[in-house]
Amino acid sequence: MDFSKMNLASITDAPAAVPKPSRRKFLQSSAALGGGLVLGFYLPLRDRLAHAQPAPKAVPPNAFLRIGKDGSVTVQVKHLEFGQGVMTSLPMLVAEELGCDWSKVRSELAPAGAAYAHTMFGMQMTGGSSSVVNSWDQLRTVGAQARTMLVQAAANQWKVKPGDCKVENGTILGPGGKKLGFGAVAEAAAKLPVPEKVTLKPASEFRIIGKPTRRIDAPDKVNGKAKFGLDLTAKDIPNLHVALVLHAPMLGGELKSMNADKLKGLPGITHVVESRNFVAVVGKSYWAAKKGRDAIEAQWAVDPKAPKPDSARLKSEYSQAAARPGKVAKKVGDPALVKTAAKSIVAEYDFPFLAHAAMEPLNCTVSYKGDSAELWVGSQFQTPDQVAAAKALGLAPEKVKLNTMIAGGGFGRRANPASDYIVEACEIAKEVKVPIKVIWTREDDMKGGYYRPAYVHRVEAGVDAAGKIAGWDHHIVGQSIVSGTAFEGFLVKDGIDNTSVEGVADTPYDIPNFQCALTTPTKVVTSLWWRSVGHTHTAFVMETMIDELAHAAKADPVAFRTALLTKHPRVLKTLALAAEKSGWGKPAPKGRARGIAVHESFGSVCAQVAEVSIDNGQIKVHKVVAAIDCGLVVNPLTVEAQVQSAIAYGLSAALHGAITLKDGVVEQSNFHDYPVLRGNEMPVVEVHLAPGGDKPTGVGEPGTPPIAPAVANAVFALTGKRVRSLPMKV
Amino acid sequence: MIRFKVNGEPIQASIDPETPLLWVLRDNLQLTGTKYGCGMALCGACTVHLDGQPIRACATPVSACAGKNVSTIEKIGASAVGKRVQQAWLDADVVQCGYCQSGQIMSAVALLNTNKNPSDADIDAAMSGNICRCGTYNRVKQAIKMAAAPAAAAPAKSAAKKGA
Repeated sequence: MDFSKMNLASITDAPAAVPKPSRRKFLQSSAALGGGLVLGFYLPLRDRLAHAQPAPKAVPPNAFLRIGKDGSVTVQVKHLEFGQGVMTSLPMLVAEELGCDWSKVRSELAPAGAAYAHTMFGMQMTGGSSSVVNSWDQLRTVGAQARTMLVQAAANQWKVKPGDCKVENGTILGPGGKKLGFGAVAEAAAKLPVPEKVTLKPASEFRIIGKPTRRIDAPDKVNGKAKFGLDLTAKDIPNLHVALVLHAPMLGGELKSMNADKLKGLPGITHVVESRNFVAVVGKSYWAAKKGRDAIEAQWAVDPKAPKPDSARLKSEYSQAAARPGKVAKKVGDPALVKTAAKSIVAEYDFPFLAHAAMEPLNCTVSYKGDSAELWVGSQFQTPDQVAAAKALGLAPEKVKLNTMIAGGGFGRRANPASDYIVEACEIAKEVKVPIKVIWTREDDMKGGYYRPAYVHRVEAGVDAAGKIAGWDHHIVGQSIVSGTAFEGFLVKDGIDNTSVEGVADTPYDIPNFQCALTTPTKVVTSLWWRSVGHTHTAFVMETMIDELAHAAKADPVAFRTALLTKHPRVLKTLALAAEKSGWGKPAPKGRARGIAVHESFGSVCAQVAEVSIDNGQIKVHKVVAAIDCGLVVNPLTVEAQVQSAIAYGLSAALHGAITLKDGVVEQSNFHDYPVLRGNEMPVVEVHLAPGGDKPTGVGEPGTPPIAPAVANAVFALTGKRVRSLPMKV
Repeated sequence: MIRFKVNGEPIQASIDPETPLLWVLRDNLQLTGTKYGCGMALCGACTVHLDGQPIRACATPVSACAGKNVSTIEKIGASAVGKRVQQAWLDADVVQCGYCQSGQIMSAVALLNTNKNPSDADIDAAMSGNICRCGTYNRVKQAIKMAAAPAAAAPAKSAAKKGA
């Protein structure tokens, strides 16, 4: 960096001045968090935003693509980049049809805008392993349209037919050796009509799709230049202040009183804002605001009638509920026939609350200008977040510009229908009227109150004398993730939250007498999707119980599954590939055992074989051989990375992850008491691609569900004991 | 007044001596490549070198830097080892979200500065203080080996294998 422009001697703390706390009026939006919005609301909004936010100027005019006179190709990425590689894979789709020089391709994250709505969900968002899936036709079409226009422009200039021209690597080639670069005709092309119909290439002609392609965003991520939301400074946004927020120690706590006397003498603090459920301290720097926040003495209260969630009590209540009948989500044949099984097993499983614990703690930057506002945030939910911000600021959505920042992970936490930390940032910004960057500390993030819910499953299953499954009666108990949110109407049908039962109710196993029931207790802990959502727990129960039944039937676990999957060739094929590549059936290295699991989620199938040992009571996963059928592979390097990533994330939870509540207080705060997987615990992960179909299916999440059951099945092979509680203990 | 250097440039700071180095780098010097992850020296995202030693800037008061030089990710490419490590990171396509990678790279450079040919166990020992929630650990290890012996390890074209 250029130190010459910096007055080094001027690094000083700002003077001490105690601001008078301002008690803000509670906005209605505070009370309405999580409720009120319905998904359909976003549809008319699209039209409103379309008028308010014209697509970025582009040549040819398109919200997704800009071709510079220098031939540079800039793709607007409508999804959040938070590790999964969309800044590379989405431009690959455009570039394939455009026929440009890949080295000229750049990508930028698109702001919130109507043009960037998810093609399946109708609002701009990132989730459900669907970024490539929903962009597959859309972005190839964008590329093909632009190519057609560029060729037409060159043909016009040469006075030849477009059909006599072709495109190679960013150059249009015409009859008689004529050549023009994209940049040379970009401006003329922009004036041509956008063709309504274009023909997309067959897969056999792909040159970029399917090719291992290194990440476009990597260079700036190895030299410190990449700017995450947390990295915005006064250089980017003049007069930017930092806000830290004191929250109630217990879920649902409200501010009763506070004492800011101890702020006296602390330097660099400019504002203190009291609200219904937080106190914000705003200062010139993180450290000033942090010291100020930590000096606040606050008293909090909870509604005496409100439940004080307690993990141990919830587990016991869930367990009792699991023994009673639930609401039937799926029924095949007569599940009561399980009572006639020659060998039957009754098992109860429990799963804790989980925090997302992304590396970059939550943050949101807001500049409020009275009649408009601008936000900078690593959002998975640009449209809902924009709407929520507008409501909090008392502005129309089109008056709020939301810039998407790259995010240091998210795993679902940045896709909150309640837009919690964003609304909070807007409430503070509206009060202080200076641009602020709200930073949640790691502790704020860990205790921040949106978790993968805890669940209990109860399964009674058995095999007959011939070793066939006689019946399977499955009951899941756990809070609904989506109830009370804008997604309720979309994902809850007949009282069944699909995210609670996915992975069980739709099992591919051919089980003649089967039932999946659900009990949904009242929501007492704010909860959220967490990488692979319902599959985080359902795959564990399905795949460990299937393994248990295989042993009860004295069958090989792969052969036992194979017999139940004859109607599901993709699952079968992926399972077989993982088995083959792992050396299934051959002895494992001394002291180790293998366990296998296969699970379908987000349109893809992933099978994994984990090689495990136990030393001094510690589970060590040495190696994982994974096979994935994720349809047509866009970038093999990304698929490999995402499967490794998904396994690390799932293994972290399986071995370590647990958020516990005691009387409404989250007991964990940082990585010492919420440990996560470290490098020395990471298995070698080998990824095999199973030949797929003619279009891509999900990649970011399908690798997570199988790892915990694969490890648990290996633990059984080593110890003879079944793991029925996560995180695992031996 | 605390006098120290950042990437070789002299700094004079009249600030609360307890201010963690991390926030001096990020807020005062606007060197935001060094990341905040935990504030308790648990995750390694803020790793910088203090006179060549890897330290966690979030738990190091600026006063501890007096008379010393702090090296950060922004200038680590100026050293031969730093440049090699950054290149290996690109060749192995290590990064995902990238948030922890400044710290990973600073720890990797510190390791290779003292151990030219680290074993798997050496890498585990030196790198286990750096958490990556994206789980890039396999490729981190691969990149460190590539940086240690650029000729010996070929870059991953695609480590993912085609199935049957």
